Amino acid sequence: MKNLNTSLKSIRSAVALLALCLAGWQHARAQGELRFCLRTEPKTFDPLKVDDDASATIRYLTGGVLVRVNRQTQQLEPELALSWKVSKDGKQISFRLRSGVVFSDGTPFSAEDVAYTMQKLMDPALHSPTGDAFRSGTGNVETRVVSPTQITITFPAQVAGLDRLFDQVAILSEHSPKKEMAVLGPFVMAEYKAGASVLLKRNPNYWKTDAQGHRLPYLESIRLDIQPNRDVEMLRFKRGELDLINTLDSEFFDKLAATSPQWVHDAGPSLDSEQIWFNQVAKSPIPSFKKTWFRSQVFRNAISGAINRDDLTRVVYHSHAQPAIGPFSPANKFWFNASLQPQPYSPESALKALQPEGFHLENGTLKDKDGNEVVFSIATNAGNKARERMAALIQDDLQKIGVHVNVVTLDFPSLIERMTQTFDYEAILLGLTNVDLDPDGEMNVWLSSAENHQWNPQQKTPETPWEAQIDQLMRAQASASDARRRKEAFDRVQEIVVEQKPFIFLINKNALSAVSPAVHGAAPVILWPQTFWNAEWLSK
Amino acid sequence: MSVWQKLAYAVLAVVVAASIAAPLVAPRGYAKQDREQIDSAPSRTHWLGTDDLGRDRLARVLYGTRISLLLAPAAALLSTLLAALIGGFAGYLGGAWSRIAMAITDLFLSLPWLFLLIAARAMLPLNVSPLISVLVTFLLLGILGWTAAARVLCASAASLRGSDFVRQARAAGIPPYRVFCMQVAPNLNPVLLAQFWISIPVFILSEANLGILGLGVAEPLPSWGSLLKELEGLVSVGAEPWKFVPLILLVIVVTSFQFVLSRQGELAA
Amino acid sequence: MRHLRWKIAGHALTLVVTLLAGGFLSASLARLAPGFQADERELDPHLNAESVQALRAERREQSNLLRFYALYMKRALHGDLGNSLSLGQPVASLLRDRAPLTLRLLGQGLTLAWLLTLGLALTATWSHSAAYDGLNTFFSGTFLCLPAAVLALLSVLWNVSAALAIALIVFPHTYRYVRNLLAKAYSRPHIVAARARGVNDVRILFWHALPVIAPQIIAVAGISASMAVGAAIPVETLCGLAGIGQLAWQAAMGRDLPLLVNITVLVTLITLLANSIAGVLGQSMRRHEA
Repeated sequence: MKNLNTSLKSIRSAVALLALCLAGWQHARAQGELRFCLRTEPKTFDPLKVDDDASATIRYLTGGVLVRVNRQTQQLEPELALSWKVSKDGKQISFRLRSGVVFSDGTPFSAEDVAYTMQKLMDPALHSPTGDAFRSGTGNVETRVVSPTQITITFPAQVAGLDRLFDQVAILSEHSPKKEMAVLGPFVMAEYKAGASVLLKRNPNYWKTDAQGHRLPYLESIRLDIQPNRDVEMLRFKRGELDLINTLDSEFFDKLAATSPQWVHDAGPSLDSEQIWFNQVAKSPIPSFKKTWFRSQVFRNAISGAINRDDLTRVVYHSHAQPAIGPFSPANKFWFNASLQPQPYSPESALKALQPEGFHLENGTLKDKDGNEVVFSIATNAGNKARERMAALIQDDLQKIGVHVNVVTLDFPSLIERMTQTFDYEAILLGLTNVDLDPDGEMNVWLSSAENHQWNPQQKTPETPWEAQIDQLMRAQASASDARRRKEAFDRVQEIVVEQKPFIFLINKNALSAVSPAVHGAAPVILWPQTFWNAEWLSK
Repeated sequence: MSVWQKLAYAVLAVVVAASIAAPLVAPRGYAKQDREQIDSAPSRTHWLGTDDLGRDRLARVLYGTRISLLLAPAAALLSTLLAALIGGFAGYLGGAWSRIAMAITDLFLSLPWLFLLIAARAMLPLNVSPLISVLVTFLLLGILGWTAAARVLCASAASLRGSDFVRQARAAGIPPYRVFCMQVAPNLNPVLLAQFWISIPVFILSEANLGILGLGVAEPLPSWGSLLKELEGLVSVGAEPWKFVPLILLVIVVTSFQFVLSRQGELAA
Repeated sequence: MRHLRWKIAGHALTLVVTLLAGGFLSASLARLAPGFQADERELDPHLNAESVQALRAERREQSNLLRFYALYMKRALHGDLGNSLSLGQPVASLLRDRAPLTLRLLGQGLTLAWLLTLGLALTATWSHSAAYDGLNTFFSGTFLCLPAAVLALLSVLWNVSAALAIALIVFPHTYRYVRNLLAKAYSRPHIVAARARGVNDVRILFWHALPVIAPQIIAVAGISASMAVGAAIPVETLCGLAGIGQLAWQAAMGRDLPLLVNITVLVTLITLLANSIAGVLGQSMRRHEA
């Protein structure tokens, strides 16, 4: 027995030794270059000014942040800050910082750099989305450096979800001669060829180490090719010239899955949604009888009920999507209102619901009480195949209740101009890319006075009682410090939105991605950046 | 008429007949969505398979033929006439006229017309019917498509201006416009025919590209251009050869057009 | 001599006026088309009202066309072409960085296109075979019917130079013109007679056919440059080549007025130069012939 125990022990230690060797061998050989595509040219390399996806990718890979939302657990985790505390009134946050950290060029990191970054970020002339997210009231932001590793930042008014906002703030160096090129993240900018590629090299001074004490990141470099065409991206991925596709179209997903199922990942429903909304702007140049339809909850609800969302997910997204329920996707674990139910597809009930409002069918065409045929256009941005297909399916669905839809595809700038300035449209089909888990990131969508309140923006006073109620609830959730009370308020907002349907939510796309088997350590998630959120741990 | 030309006429006749008989050949119609059979391979019910919304591909090709085969040659004719008028006269008149006309032609060749088209779309109501939209598109293509040919025509007409027969005609006191019509215009034929022939497929494709501006055919109406655009997803199309049918059909039609257009003598030359 | 000087001055004046008109018209077109006042960034829900207004103000600055163009001209005279709105870099350096790639692509593409054109057109003329001619028509027709994007994607798929895609986009056009012109020339009575007498094909081409149609063929060569520039836009965009074609597309989609005006002026310049050279050559040939 003793012998057996001894031999078991020795086997175990041998296995452990082997595993250790293997791990060491893997790290020793982990000197690869990760390659993937940016779909647009990065507009800026200044982390404070980032407002597009490509620039955000570079900021994510190069910038060091105080705290990071773990993309897998959706929880906030310490990075450069060891700990932090938000005051009860939600105006102040204090950080205790990691010591002994240096920027990529060797300049030491201290609380002064955090103060400097915040002052630059909050400069009103900067007009950056990152800075604007912190701006809840007028007045200056005060920073107090208590010691090289301690800092307190005070905002003029309460900022809801304050600590999570620091996930986006890449700390700059106050003293480095390299300015914003000195970074605290795992990679540094090495080369930029306009229109072609961005090369990031490993930051030799990155502070993180693995359990064995190896300094991260494992990768030697990351090459980001600027490639707007998805067919070409797919082609190059198949050929092995790329290692990742961060967001994959469903048809590509299926084609790739058919040949190499282990390369593709469906992480389930993402935060992104696709929706239709009707123009409810009073001054819009559309006929007044159409405005009456669009402002009627019954009409919006009937249209929504006549859209077959199951077919949208099945035909357009090849089942890599879920019918949407409300403004937040079920993927948002904390904030989604689980009591909401998806609207069943029923053209018959839609027709029935429309009757009391005077709508009636005449020779297969729906007419309103004044005899106007129900015809409207759905505009969407050209070049997005999924949206074009959805529009065609909706056109066909609505024909079943006698509604005639004209599908119009427009180039994006024209569409935006119609949507935000001339209001010359009837309905728009677009998607909302949601990066924030917190509803506070969507204040500018739900407040009736906001610019992004798409169906009827910039209202001086709320034009409908339900919008007034949403305003009040959104403000209440923003000023409550207790998470449970915030959740209650936002749950009610979700209920009102689902009831009133200013946005007719259609589907939540699944987070689809592709990762080459050459990449080790990848664990695609639903939150952006799906495949490379743990870039410092990836190896090749 | 050579055998080739007879064959070409026959091909065109068959294509036109099939498109007229589309309701009989493909009774499902171009808009009917069979959502249980999306992107399917050719079968008994769908001879050319279905598209990504489950619509019968054969019906879409045939109905698309009606639009493209009617409107593209009409627009091509318009652009050819404009080219003849502008390029031909400029070359024939010569001097300052020619220089101004060619400067305008060069401007036309280099300006970003995309914006004019975007503005044209803005002037149309959003609820415009797909047919009107496609008509306007081909009209615009016809109006804007004359430039390249005008340049070559100008060179042709300029050569003719100095030729003996034009000089003699002028010396005989024949009015210039008659000289142009009788002596110059017939000699511009090779360029005009080339322009007409090239414009047909070019306009068919342009119509589809203008879809990004909300011009051209709109859902659910098909056109050859919109069917050919599917080939842009070539990475996946390679394995599905039936998706090449619209392309093959267009190439055959375009080749037939060339045979019909070219004269007996030129064919053998 | 004085006459020649006047002539050169006249040509130069036309060139400058056309260039300026090109810049101004392109700016006007872009300005008047919808979408100019819109910025994608406005849709970011994080931006507050002041920032959205600031974005709009930035656009409004350029909405007065005359002022924009006057300022642009003043700067351009000092060698400053302004800053790109969408890329935030000086236009001059953007153009300088990208010009070599595009010029190389256009040069190679045009050379290939003309080799194909002349090769096919001459062999078709000499072969006297309707079948071979039909085959060529079918071949060139196929490329004419393929969307430019497909040809660009094919060049990526088969890993061949994008110049080939440009050549295949341009050649069906040039081929048809040249083939028709040759056919017409060869149907002239003296050439028919010469062929009947068995005169050597090469001799007929150089002594009888080409002199008649050379001005037109040179004009086709001139416009083929514009066609190649037009083809470079989808090809560079799809193949991910950082050239001026790709830049033009970005400028158009981003309604980037400074970039757009400069690119139009550049394209107009290329068109004018190519066509002027063709014009002068054609004229001298006509004179020679006369």
